[in-house]
Amino acid sequence: MSTATDKSSVVKKKRKIAHRGAILAFVLPFAVLFAFFYLAPIGYAIFSSLQVIEREGTFGQAREVFGGLSQYVLVFQNGPFWQSVGRVLMFGAVQVPLMLGLALIFALLLDSPLLKGKRFFRLAFFVPYAVPGVIAAIMWGFLFSPNLSPFSAVTANIDFLGADLVLWSIANVVTWVYVGYNMLIIYSALLAIPSEVYEAARLDGAGHIRIAWSVKIPLVMPAIVLTAIFSIIGTLQLLAEPQVFRSFSSAITSTFTPNLTVFSTSSIPNFNLAAAFSVVLALATFALSFTFLKFTQRKDSE
Amino acid sequence: MSNLPSPRLPRSRGPRESVLARAGVLIVMGVFTLYFLIPIWWLFIAATKDRSQFLSTNPLWFADFSLWKNIGELATYSDGVYFRWLLNSVGYAGGGALVATLIAGMCGYALAKYRFPGRELIFNVVLGGVLVPATALALPLFLIFSQFNLTNTFWSVLLPSLVSPFGVYLARIYASASVPDELIEAARLDGAGEVRTFFTVSVRLMFPALVTVFLFQFVSIWNNFFLPLIMLRDETLFPVTLGLYAWNSQVNQIPEIRGYVLIGALLSIIPLIITFLLLQRFWRTGLGAGSVK
Repeated sequence: MSTATDKSSVVKKKRKIAHRGAILAFVLPFAVLFAFFYLAPIGYAIFSSLQVIEREGTFGQAREVFGGLSQYVLVFQNGPFWQSVGRVLMFGAVQVPLMLGLALIFALLLDSPLLKGKRFFRLAFFVPYAVPGVIAAIMWGFLFSPNLSPFSAVTANIDFLGADLVLWSIANVVTWVYVGYNMLIIYSALLAIPSEVYEAARLDGAGHIRIAWSVKIPLVMPAIVLTAIFSIIGTLQLLAEPQVFRSFSSAITSTFTPNLTVFSTSSIPNFNLAAAFSVVLALATFALSFTFLKFTQRKDSE
Repeated sequence: MSNLPSPRLPRSRGPRESVLARAGVLIVMGVFTLYFLIPIWWLFIAATKDRSQFLSTNPLWFADFSLWKNIGELATYSDGVYFRWLLNSVGYAGGGALVATLIAGMCGYALAKYRFPGRELIFNVVLGGVLVPATALALPLFLIFSQFNLTNTFWSVLLPSLVSPFGVYLARIYASASVPDELIEAARLDGAGEVRTFFTVSVRLMFPALVTVFLFQFVSIWNNFFLPLIMLRDETLFPVTLGLYAWNSQVNQIPEIRGYVLIGALLSIIPLIITFLLLQRFWRTGLGAGSVK
């Protein structure tokens, strides 16, 4: 059906573009804003990352001149920045699978006939998503604090905000906020599977776990990939939670995550170096999520 | 085996195992319900307490109920700047998400329903935009806005929030699936213009997707932290997240501010929870459409 309409509109296109005015009216507002607030900043970041500040003599006027890749040399020599990248990669390697694993289990339980009270659980697990990262971090900051916490019997003995554990305390905040959201995305994908698909497996006597593993999970893989990509992007961009935790914990430095490094570099201010950090970080994020997408797609088609 | 009635076959596993499984599932879900809700419960309890009772009474149960008194104090503290922040957040998130949804909906609709040169290019660029983290744009946006002396204004936070590449993606997917070509063709035969058809017919069919786009854009603007942190200096322009962050970082110098941070945090999440509850019928369908690809 759709191929027939496709063909007819291809024929139309060869004569002239039908409804040209309407298409422009629909597309232009987004295109213009996208150009201004997405493409222009990307271009500008690349441009300023290629500039250096030059002074004539020690007290001369500062001016920006083309510096080639010299800011990038500084980026690659910057130890704290790469430490922060390593830190968020470690964070992501643990937190993303944990969070998505929980989300998947909850989604499967919501979808299984074993669970009563689905409406309640679905809402209860989703409520934290309505809490902004900053607020969630403030709340958990209190909950982890050794003397203000309602669980001070635990928090007075385990230093959740110390240098060893603070990264994982932040991981807990992020997990707490996003498990329910990811659960709902996977659950919606499960609901979209027609029930006849299970019938055959069920008649063959496969149990709930078997059906979940060999029928449901493969079918909702696209949704899981989607949530994984967004989680990877979010992990590399970690900023609000650690920034808030700085007022609860002295273990968080101004270069704790890559984005904190960008922020503190820009407040020096050294905008050119900060722009170079931003570009490297955006490229790394893009490369990582793109690779992940390609990797999972190849695995699907095998 | 053969004398079992056949309709029972699909659920033929023993009832004993089933009861155990049900109980196990319920326990797991119950434990995690506590994990997800206790922090919010604690925040609520803390917000109802007088400063003197905050540390001296059971942190997970009520003492004297002074929630209204606390809200009253919050409303007057520092010239009532907190409610100014709340209003700013409603403006940034409500206004921004509304316009962003309209713009993304139109663009996604055009990409789904019309054929024109550059269509795939636009869609691929938009998809690339989904992968570009918004925080990576904050600093260059600041540098650009500062060239036009527009930093530290309402617009510097609102304008970048009007762009939602994910919204375009979702609107395109949903429009292809839910707006039949025949319907548009019929509207054409009736003499309706393309734009009019979109606003009278297509918008209605795309409504669940548009509500989803609106909600998620609303949440992402409401939660946005880096952009206002970089753009704004003037306290009266802050959204509520940035304002509470600023207060929270002064807790060590001004201890009485702690109470305001807690009650302020509670008040700031209530509007979002209510919005989600009221609109859940819509966004749940829309969410499914996005993930099916």
